Amino acid sequence: MLKLALRRIAALLPTLLVIVTLSFAIIRLAPGGPFDAEQGVSPAVRANLERLYGLSKPLHVQYLRYLRALAHGDFGPSLRQRDFTVRELIAQGLPISATLGLCAIALALLGGIPAGIAAALWRSPAADFSVAAIAALGMALPSFVIGPLLALVFGIYLRWLPVAGWQPGTARYLLLPVLTLALPLAVALARLTRASLLEVLRAPYVRSARARGIGEARLVWRHALRPALLPVASYLGPATAFVITGSLVVEAVFGLPGTGRYLVQGAIDRDYPLVMGMVIVYGILTLLLNLLADLACGWLDPAIRHG
Amino acid sequence: MDESTIASRGLWGDALVRLRHDRAASVALALLGFLALAALIAPLLSPWRYDSLDWQHLASPPGIADAHWLGTDRLGRDLLVRTLHGLRLSLLLAGLASGVSLLIGVLWGAAAGLSGGRIDGAMMRFVDVLYSLPYLFVVIILTTLFPRGSLAVLALALAAVGWLTTARIVRAQTLALKRREFLEAARATGAAPARILWHHIVPNVVGPVVVYGTLIVPQMILFESFLSFLGLGVQEPQASLGNLIYAGAQEMESAPWMVLVPATALVLLLLCLNVLGDGLRDAFDPRER
Repeated sequence: MLKLALRRIAALLPTLLVIVTLSFAIIRLAPGGPFDAEQGVSPAVRANLERLYGLSKPLHVQYLRYLRALAHGDFGPSLRQRDFTVRELIAQGLPISATLGLCAIALALLGGIPAGIAAALWRSPAADFSVAAIAALGMALPSFVIGPLLALVFGIYLRWLPVAGWQPGTARYLLLPVLTLALPLAVALARLTRASLLEVLRAPYVRSARARGIGEARLVWRHALRPALLPVASYLGPATAFVITGSLVVEAVFGLPGTGRYLVQGAIDRDYPLVMGMVIVYGILTLLLNLLADLACGWLDPAIRHG
Repeated sequence: MDESTIASRGLWGDALVRLRHDRAASVALALLGFLALAALIAPLLSPWRYDSLDWQHLASPPGIADAHWLGTDRLGRDLLVRTLHGLRLSLLLAGLASGVSLLIGVLWGAAAGLSGGRIDGAMMRFVDVLYSLPYLFVVIILTTLFPRGSLAVLALALAAVGWLTTARIVRAQTLALKRREFLEAARATGAAPARILWHHIVPNVVGPVVVYGTLIVPQMILFESFLSFLGLGVQEPQASLGNLIYAGAQEMESAPWMVLVPATALVLLLLCLNVLGDGLRDAFDPRER
């Protein structure tokens, strides 16, 4: 287990370097610059601006400089949001985004997996039909539809929860966003758990365990669940990507001051340091959560652990 | 069932029969045809264009008796026409992007599988690396490379992330095909690699690729709406389901129909495509059932 963990951690840094390099290359090869939208800027002033931010240097010099600063935790200044460094912007938004994402993942796991187990154990034509219907609906309801619908029902018609906005330290404002983000994920996890548990329950070793007279509860809990959860654990990687991209939408729908808007607005403004900073932060998050998913797989499956 | 009659129908006929027996998929297909037809024809029949303003009916709610059946938006633009316009754009973009991504995926996967050895390893390693990147970030970054709102660029950006899975599927199929006698015969008669790829590999991987293609289309529609929702895709005054939902969500408190109309259209479209895709997969590969 330790060897597996060390090997995965060792692979993190090169992957991160690839992400940084690729996004640096793509963003900087794009036509158009961050100061295009400035009104009435003479070429001389623009040249000065570009020199101030180091944009007039050759690309490889800029790249190496960026890497060196990055190693010291410095993401550079934001080009459009004057007076803010990228680090300050991220520090403002990240706690909100991280809380949102982690709560959504936790809720989806705690809701989806038990629901999937229940759907696999209590089968009837009606139950199977509703499972299929919910799964089909879940695939067709993206977060930018669920979000407004939940806000419409709970915020506007029932008036139970605020439609949008944010006040520090209040959970009420996070409830609908977390629900929006968690719902599709919970459906996917439940479907996966159900299918995989059903398959495991057909395995010969389960039949022999039944033949030896083991109780159904003990059979599921001790023998069937662990191998059945393996596909669920390997889905956690894609699930993270889903939560991260979903949080962009959810933050926009509910007006949460998280980090999602920085990526989108930064991309529109060509605020290079901000977009790069966001890509790196989200990249690190993705890699770390993927690492957790890998370790969960290793814990569930001895073949992976010792492979 | 009688084995001989099935064999005589061939892969496509057989699949068609199975599809017709799948009630959910048939309904989805019919509904999808209706939606596509409406998206193509209805904007021509309506007196309103997607960008024409009606100052007499600003933000008017839906009503059959009114001039605007499904209401208007804040600027008095007919919501039915705009939604259908968005539907058309979504279908067009998704079709384009799926086509391009399938083409790239088939060629890449077939070339990798056919070459084998170190070239195969390098080509598939490239696919693995792209897989590990959060793909919507790649799309977001790609859309910033070019002037916003260009449909061709949007389709390309979507296609850029769609071909990876196809490449994997096709490579696996190619590796299996490579050992078959007819390919050995083709090589023995001195056929060039490009000819083998185009004449022997590609026709033989079309089946699984078509099935996967029906699953790619709803994904592309989803990505497109997602980007347009964030303001990175289709730009005003052009309507797409994504930017209609975004605009509607801003007006939700006073005019809920502005978000409900395009949202319903999108959900219906995705639902049909997913059900049809599942039906097609079952029809082409009955062993999965």
